[in-house]
Amino acid sequence: MDFDTMRFSKEHEWVKVDNGSDVVTVGITDYASGELGDIVYIEFPETGQEVKISEPMGTIEAVKTVADLFSPVTGTVKEVNGAVNDDPGIVNQSPYGEGWFVKIEMSDKSELEGLMGKAEYDRMVGKE
Amino acid sequence: MTNIKRTPLADVHETLGARMVEFAGFWMPVSYGGIIEEHLAVRERVGLFDVSHMGEFIVSGARAREFVNQIITNDCSKLEPGAIQYTAMCCENGTVVDDLLVSAIDGDRLMLVVNASNIDKDWEHIAGFDRPGGVEIENASDGFALLAVQGPKCREVLHSSPLFDGLKQQIDKIPYYRGFTFEHDGSEIFVSRTGYTGELGFEIFLPSVKAVTYWNEILRTGSDFGIKPIGLGARDTLRFEASYCLYGHELDENTSPLEAGLGWVVKLKKEQFCGIDALRAEKKNGPARTLVGFELEGRNIARQGYAVLTDGVAVGHVTSGAFAPALAKSLCMALIKRDNKNQERMFEIEIRNKKVPAKLTPLPFYKSRSK
Repeated sequence: MDFDTMRFSKEHEWVKVDNGSDVVTVGITDYASGELGDIVYIEFPETGQEVKISEPMGTIEAVKTVADLFSPVTGTVKEVNGAVNDDPGIVNQSPYGEGWFVKIEMSDKSELEGLMGKAEYDRMVGKE
Repeated sequence: MTNIKRTPLADVHETLGARMVEFAGFWMPVSYGGIIEEHLAVRERVGLFDVSHMGEFIVSGARAREFVNQIITNDCSKLEPGAIQYTAMCCENGTVVDDLLVSAIDGDRLMLVVNASNIDKDWEHIAGFDRPGGVEIENASDGFALLAVQGPKCREVLHSSPLFDGLKQQIDKIPYYRGFTFEHDGSEIFVSRTGYTGELGFEIFLPSVKAVTYWNEILRTGSDFGIKPIGLGARDTLRFEASYCLYGHELDENTSPLEAGLGWVVKLKKEQFCGIDALRAEKKNGPARTLVGFELEGRNIARQGYAVLTDGVAVGHVTSGAFAPALAKSLCMALIKRDNKNQERMFEIEIRNKKVPAKLTPLPFYKSRSK
């Protein structure tokens, strides 16, 4: 996993930046999927929906609990990973790979600066 | 935070890498890997549960049945040695103090198996009743460990273990809701064909000091049958799918056993038991609410407390809900006003400001072929 190209939000989302593109891939962290336990359903935003940094854009239903899905950046949803709802288990198995959630076209790339690197995120969850 | 109790197996669970939480004052495993995986292991093969947090009260004496019968809604007066009965016990107003098992270990000893979260409350409740001469009550909860072996392969697992040598006949023949005792190393062990999963299964009541030996041995011999240790997470989804009541969800001191669908354990022809007058009156007029099952559209989960609506009006609330792993449906149980139970009616469940259509579906949701 190439964590160097990834940024992390305090709400436990990861953002993968593809070579200077404005479109980033978003998912939840290994820590978050572990804390939630078995995930059974993701209520995704619609393609084309405008989302705002740190605001809920969907919900994550796990067996024991439900959590808001926050957007880590501001922009427009370009794609959602439909495969996740065919087999939500892939979020627990592969949160950084097959279990990605959405692709968002960022409207303000400077927001990435405010997100954490992997080491800083790990420190945060270590403390939680 | 008061002291969290550890069952005799808490260290073993930690070593197995279980995710542990405090539940009803005990440090308990929620899951060892994934709840869904554990759930399906019990439905398809076999699982081993540590449920040592459950409480055990021993009532002894020739008139033990007479004593217990004034407390419970069911009738244990004719409970033969080895027979087991599910029952509720109620407050004077007919609402549920707890649901429990009454097991006749032998002619003059009954074991009451109560919910962990209610041990202290139940003990106080029971101690408040007059005891006929010669009847003794003991809260033996701390001395007992309780293991549950549940799933279609459970008999094979027990047969293959030397700890159950010579018991093959009894394990094969014992009917549902019966138990037997045997001796091991000078200790008495009670095995019953009971459980909380909706599958064929056994529960093993044994002295705490023997818990680790039995746990490890059952896991070892069970490995040939694909056994898995199962945490409280899957215990809850399994009981939910089988539509068993869980105290604090379907049952509490605001709910009567008649509302919760437990009329079959309320024996109103008995001369007396705590709550009988209130329950007779309730039965006459019909309970105000009734426990029903719903299947939801989509895959959002209806969780405890969510409102049930019909024509936009709240008519009840969800008591338990889950995405049922073996049925692959979003289901819930709910207490609704009885006159609304009508198959023709459209219902909605309010899930975080969204109204999700739901249709009535009979309980239990799941019926095993193995049980």
